[in-house]
Amino acid sequence: MSFASHDSATKISAGSAISAEEIAASGATAEPDVATYALYLGDDALMLAQRLGWWIARAPELEEDIALSNIALDQLGHARFLLTYAGTAWGKTEDDLAYFRDEEEFRSCRLVEQENGDFGQTIARQLIFSYYQHELFRRLVDSNDATLSAIADKALKEVQYHQDHAAQWVLRLGIGTPESHERMQKGLYYLWPYVDELFHDDDLTRDLSERGIAVLPSSLRADFDRRIAELLAEAELEVPDLPGAWGGDRSGEFSEHRGHILAEMQVLARQHPGATW
Amino acid sequence: MTTDITSTEGTTGTTTEWPLWEVFVRSSRGLSHVHAGSLHAPDATMALRNARDLYTRRNEGTSVWVVPSAVIASSDPDSKGGYFESAQGKAYRHATYYTKSEGVKHL
Repeated sequence: MSFASHDSATKISAGSAISAEEIAASGATAEPDVATYALYLGDDALMLAQRLGWWIARAPELEEDIALSNIALDQLGHARFLLTYAGTAWGKTEDDLAYFRDEEEFRSCRLVEQENGDFGQTIARQLIFSYYQHELFRRLVDSNDATLSAIADKALKEVQYHQDHAAQWVLRLGIGTPESHERMQKGLYYLWPYVDELFHDDDLTRDLSERGIAVLPSSLRADFDRRIAELLAEAELEVPDLPGAWGGDRSGEFSEHRGHILAEMQVLARQHPGATW
Repeated sequence: MTTDITSTEGTTGTTTEWPLWEVFVRSSRGLSHVHAGSLHAPDATMALRNARDLYTRRNEGTSVWVVPSAVIASSDPDSKGGYFESAQGKAYRHATYYTKSEGVKHL
């Protein structure tokens, strides 16, 4: 914070933070491996944004409607940064990658593709993913890839809020009424088989983390497990003990839900290519 | 920040609807908290979260207060005359009413 600020005490400015347009204009070009890693992270954010967007006008209360849409828009922002950066490797725009890839070309994990279910299931998905993202971005700020580091720095501030939102609801639903407790517990059980995939190392992440560019997924697991266990204990909920779902190593194997998500997300761009509004 | 999930102190308990909270936002250091609006939330902690989502979307905030609407006592709009308008015309309550005495400096 500089003391030579020209901001007045009363005038509110938008402030400054990284934007997708700046990434595109920066001239930074990702090498193909780094671009694919950016797709891992960006596709996760894109799918989750699309899933959360479903709650708009459907959330239990107006205030919660706003909270979930805020989180969805934050995730969409992450997706825009990461897809823009990934596109620099292949001369593609964020829109090319979001709207004109087919389902087997996406690299999202299956957790974010799972259905919203009831509010408890959506919060369970938020809990798992935001705690994972927090551990990830907390370390990715130290990446020696300047663009990934800048994206992580911006995203981390947002994710801190996402995990707080999820944790507050887990506590309330867990300790609330017998019904809210049961729904929250069921949501956790339903989604737990998709947790392992978040922490799965493959050749790409092993190579990039050795070079100080990416974060090795398995290195996040211990902190994630510890923090989730602490919260669930406070919320009087069980940490599910379930084997991971079959497959799921970001190789292009994907859940049955992905096609449904993309059909809705891509239909307009494909029917009216180049349309703007 | 402590999380007290069970406290609905000062709220009127209806089981079907979340209680109403008044939101006060301080836009920057050195300014006062100003009333921004109201919202519904199950408890104070969630009210603060919701206030952040609803009233600090454009960099307005450095600090937020939430107060249960039920605990705020307010003046009666119907007795505006006796409350506020009676102060009108009392110019002697303002400094400008008085003339400066001779020889007083720096006023």
